[in-house]
Amino acid sequence: MTFAVELAWWQQTGIRAVVGLLAVLLPAGTLVYLFLFKMMSFMQSRLGPMEAGPYGSLQLLAEVGKFLQKEDIIPRKADRIVFKAAPFVVLISTFLLVLVIPAGPDAWFIDVDTGIFLALAVSSISVIGILMAGWASSSKYSLMGGLRAAGQLVAYELPLVLAVMGVVIQAGTLNVQDIVMAQATGEIFGWGGIGNPFIFTQFLGFAIFLVAVQAELTQPPFDMPVAESEIVTGYLTEYTGLRFLLFFIGEFATAGIFSALAATLFLGGWYVPGIDPTNDLFNVLGPAILLGKVVLVAFLIFWFRFTYPRFREDQLQQLAWKVLIPLSLANIVVTGILKVVF
Amino acid sequence: MSDFLRSWLVLVVFAGLAVLLVSAFLGLGSLLRPSRDTPQKTINYESGVDPQGDMWAQSNIRYYVFALMFVLFDVETVFIFPWATRLEVYGVFGLVEMAIFIFILALGLFYAWRKRLLRWV
Repeated sequence: MTFAVELAWWQQTGIRAVVGLLAVLLPAGTLVYLFLFKMMSFMQSRLGPMEAGPYGSLQLLAEVGKFLQKEDIIPRKADRIVFKAAPFVVLISTFLLVLVIPAGPDAWFIDVDTGIFLALAVSSISVIGILMAGWASSSKYSLMGGLRAAGQLVAYELPLVLAVMGVVIQAGTLNVQDIVMAQATGEIFGWGGIGNPFIFTQFLGFAIFLVAVQAELTQPPFDMPVAESEIVTGYLTEYTGLRFLLFFIGEFATAGIFSALAATLFLGGWYVPGIDPTNDLFNVLGPAILLGKVVLVAFLIFWFRFTYPRFREDQLQQLAWKVLIPLSLANIVVTGILKVVF
Repeated sequence: MSDFLRSWLVLVVFAGLAVLLVSAFLGLGSLLRPSRDTPQKTINYESGVDPQGDMWAQSNIRYYVFALMFVLFDVETVFIFPWATRLEVYGVFGLVEMAIFIFILALGLFYAWRKRLLRWV
């Protein structure tokens, strides 16, 4: 089933572009307000923003208004072109990442057979942006932060990719839409009551994925690249006003999209048990269901963020190389064996 | 144009969208923000004291080693992906093949571990 109205390709693409813009900015704003402003405040026994709008819900708009008025300062010794280009690269990575996430049987941005592979590939573009930011600032703190970020992002890229591999083995496809379908129609060792959200059979994969996402977002406890007590704010040290805001938007938009990716791969995406997955209803309900699951996963991510203290740099690298990578390799082998046996 | 190429064109459109958003933000900002450059402002921040020496510093070798290891393992995942997709077709044969492949890789990781390359000194 498709839409009742047939649209030309450019019209469809126009709609997708507008929806894509919303799909990047809306979850980012929601996460910042819900978790960074409110949940963190409540966990620290304070109220958080209360003045702008009811319960401070318009605080975010006020912040953007503030950042718009800040002076734009570029250090004299900086490499101006690279310095200016860095936020573009980070945001491009974010926008390409949102492409692969489907929000309903017909509500998708891009439907390619290498979907999840594409997502993992474009997610690493942001490393280049961060390295550019760190190096172009010509500040020692920035350089340290940029290199730390690069070392951290490449180390946790591997567990991220390897954790997804378990899902790919179970679903037998790289197409994200088909992975959701596989979860909707699958069964857990012969019992198909609620389909097979891969979180049940791939719990280790889910856990590794979340830890790796935490590190990819450079959030505490993995925030050494921007550790303010050691290197000011790392690669962001020389960025002021709007350019800083763009990195900030990029970080939280990526948090939202990675949560959506985790929800799609492990929690069944836009599907809820009880309704036939090919039902047209999902084109309308799907985005809301997906957003609900995104908030659920993001809650976990931010819960870790506000609870754990920062790791040391060497502990971080050891966790990736000595724990997560061997574990995820073992996960692949075990999943493969179970897949062939059953 | 085929559907295949069209879906990849959407990718280009989205990359353009990101550039557009950033440009629009910065453009709007340049209309609103003040600009009073002083030489003092454009000095790098180094905790308040004047920065010493050259900023284009050399970086430590350890970053290079980790980057090299990353490339090795990333190429490995490229090989595992098609296998993971078609595992049902390959069956036991594919399983044994990949077990050998992953064993060799794990051996490589173990070697690096014993050579103390995984230590962040």
